[in-house]
Amino acid sequence: MKRREFLRNLVSAAPALGILAAGVKLGDYVEASETGRRTEAVHLYGMGIDVDACIGCGRCAVACKAENHVPDDPFFFRTWVERYVFSVDGGLRVDSPNGGMAAFPPSGVPDERRMRAYYVPKLCNQCRKPPCVQVCPVGATFQTRDGVTLVDPDYCIGCRYCIQACPYGARYLHPQKKVADKCTFCYHRIVKGLVPACVEVCPKSARIFGEPRQSNTPLWEFMKNHRLQVLKPNLRTEPKVYYSSLDSEVR
Amino acid sequence: MFERGLGVRPGRAAGDLMPVQVKRLMLLFAVAIGGFLVARHFLLPESFGLYGHYRAKAVDLVASQGLEYAGHQACPECHGEVATLKNASKHTVVACETCHGPAASHVSDPTQSKPELPTERGRCGLCHYYEASRPAGFPQIDPAEHGGQEKCVSCHNPHSPEIAMEGK
Amino acid sequence: MNQVLLSQLSEALKSIVGYIYPNEIELHWGLLIVLYPYITGLVAGAFILASLERVFNVKEIQPTYRLSLLTALAFLLVAPLPLLAHLGHPERAFEIFLTPHLQSAMAMFGFVYAWYLSVVLLLEVWFDYRADIVAWSEASKGWRRILYSILTLGVRSTSKEALRFDDRAGRFITIIGIPSAFLLHGYVGFIFGSVKANPWWSSVLMPVVFLFSAIVSGIALVLVIYMISSWVRRHPIDMRCLDKLAQFLFYALILDVSLELLDFVHRLYEAEESIDILGQMIRNRLFVPLVVVQAILGTAIPVVALGLLQGFKPRDVVRKGIYFASGTLLLVAIFFMRWNVVIGGQLFSKSLRGLTVYKIGIAGREGVVAASLLAALPVAILLVLIKLLPPWPERRGRGAVSEK
Repeated sequence: MKRREFLRNLVSAAPALGILAAGVKLGDYVEASETGRRTEAVHLYGMGIDVDACIGCGRCAVACKAENHVPDDPFFFRTWVERYVFSVDGGLRVDSPNGGMAAFPPSGVPDERRMRAYYVPKLCNQCRKPPCVQVCPVGATFQTRDGVTLVDPDYCIGCRYCIQACPYGARYLHPQKKVADKCTFCYHRIVKGLVPACVEVCPKSARIFGEPRQSNTPLWEFMKNHRLQVLKPNLRTEPKVYYSSLDSEVR
Repeated sequence: MFERGLGVRPGRAAGDLMPVQVKRLMLLFAVAIGGFLVARHFLLPESFGLYGHYRAKAVDLVASQGLEYAGHQACPECHGEVATLKNASKHTVVACETCHGPAASHVSDPTQSKPELPTERGRCGLCHYYEASRPAGFPQIDPAEHGGQEKCVSCHNPHSPEIAMEGK
Repeated sequence: MNQVLLSQLSEALKSIVGYIYPNEIELHWGLLIVLYPYITGLVAGAFILASLERVFNVKEIQPTYRLSLLTALAFLLVAPLPLLAHLGHPERAFEIFLTPHLQSAMAMFGFVYAWYLSVVLLLEVWFDYRADIVAWSEASKGWRRILYSILTLGVRSTSKEALRFDDRAGRFITIIGIPSAFLLHGYVGFIFGSVKANPWWSSVLMPVVFLFSAIVSGIALVLVIYMISSWVRRHPIDMRCLDKLAQFLFYALILDVSLELLDFVHRLYEAEESIDILGQMIRNRLFVPLVVVQAILGTAIPVVALGLLQGFKPRDVVRKGIYFASGTLLLVAIFFMRWNVVIGGQLFSKSLRGLTVYKIGIAGREGVVAASLLAALPVAILLVLIKLLPPWPERRGRGAVSEK
């Protein structure tokens, strides 16, 4: 009797255990087991964007392409700036000419018909639960323990699934290397204690770099003093790029 | 009916539990799978799986990329006076490389490579020409009505751009 | 090659409507990626048809049993080619076998394909043909004799026990083969259906719709090939077989249409955020491929035609004509169904504010010429297989398992 009961309990628990195990496995795919990898304190990088401050000068987009040798053509961007212009009749015009690299020409909406307008810098959100990492068939894109999603250019097979899976349009296929590419938070700079190139050149401090969990970084102050939004929160990608004053019309 | 000629073997020999078909196929599959495992052993990158489902070496590959921008901390070492001037002005928030472009190669060999020295009106205009979507309060001018065709730098020192207004 | 891409993108830039993310100008999955699910769908569909005879004992379609198997095999051999041609680094494709990322649906490809090719299709063909191959190896000379001898894998017995084992093994493999076929093609639907970033793709129904349209396309393919091959061989068509094929085609079509209509109605009813841009996309970019070709020409007409023929039975000649036309229309329709899913999902921006265009090239890896060659290749392979392993019921060699 006891054995039968035990087996019966086990059988009924199995689905629950299975779901639990799957949930744990799926939930932890970002925090891969990397114990003992680094002796220094483990960082977790993020960025803040102050939409109120951005003037749409495009220096960030230019610096990014220069720093990371991104092809010059207007089809490949690691970061870009969008402009949103609302007119009094309820219309909305969104544009990003060449990613905003040469700033913006007049919008075509005269001042008296303009309701409100602003610029929104965009880049890879370095999600805590990146859908791009989830779909890579070979493990060529991954997230480091310090929270930066990278592409392994020597391993990527160029299937472009990650580009399809990114909800933010942050990825592109490098036209010469034929591998996926995207913003890396200038990983090669931040591990040396520098800031990403876009943060370096922003004349309005509209981009703030740091660590959401480290109190002595500029991002911490930013996150303390602003109400924050992320892009497409309903998709539960948990971005680590935190916007302040993000209008609900921004996708 | 066809039990003549080459290699006759009944489907089941005496004391043989497994049909020949199964034995032959199992052999073939064993060879194929074995071959695959051997190939995998030689082809699998060394550092794969060390920290997660990726090549650990890739992190170092990305981290070892060269610098193009030196960062504003690098400039005052040699250009201290200009830096002090700039830091007392409105342009203190503007990094040197924002206007002068990437300067890492200049830092490593100052005589060989010089950063750009932009002086055309349009360059200042990238930030300061009036564009309606810019936040209110940010200093902007209408290029048609400000300064004619003169270069901005003929009146404004970019490292100290404020000009005392004289009743204009 | 790069210049071609850049000029194509510059052209596309001019045709953008509204706002798209700058990186979205390049459409990443083109004609080759439309072709791949079409081909694996034909494989799965043809195999399901074969399994109807083998496992569910639908005797009427026996004349097409071996033809279905060979068709499935011919198309399966070609299936990886569009994928390889599409990769940025096809020379690294083997990585999918070395380090498959188990969270990615796409990683399944390597092993599911290998499983299906070796364990399901090749074994099934082998078990069904083995006795005949033994006979043919003894009756032929020269390289054919060598080839058939190799194909026997050294198992030359044609005793009653051996033949019975072949029969039971074949049946067993077919039973395993059915869920395997579902997996082979279903995972492709899941690849699209699980992309939460894309509201056109992201749907629970996607794998199911893919699978049922695959079954439609597979049955249509075998029907068309059966009719063409009978005509070429000047062999009379078994009308009982043809009627049965058309009947199953009709049932599969009804199921497929119901599922697609359900998805459509559900979308319209919920009318969530993406509905506006998707509606714009259908009206301005997909009107011909979706409404005209897939819906009207490719679905409505065959449904009505095949449906009528379930009740009314005109003369053989008329029925043959309608079956052939319906089969061909359906083959075209299901291709466009894949087109509308794959290309459609990339014609609108994820900002939900704009539309772009897909400019197909003629030359180059992703061009029409390359795709046409890839589409024609399975037919060429099928002709070779038909020569080597004649599937016609009257050609079964002596010593083969008698019809059950």
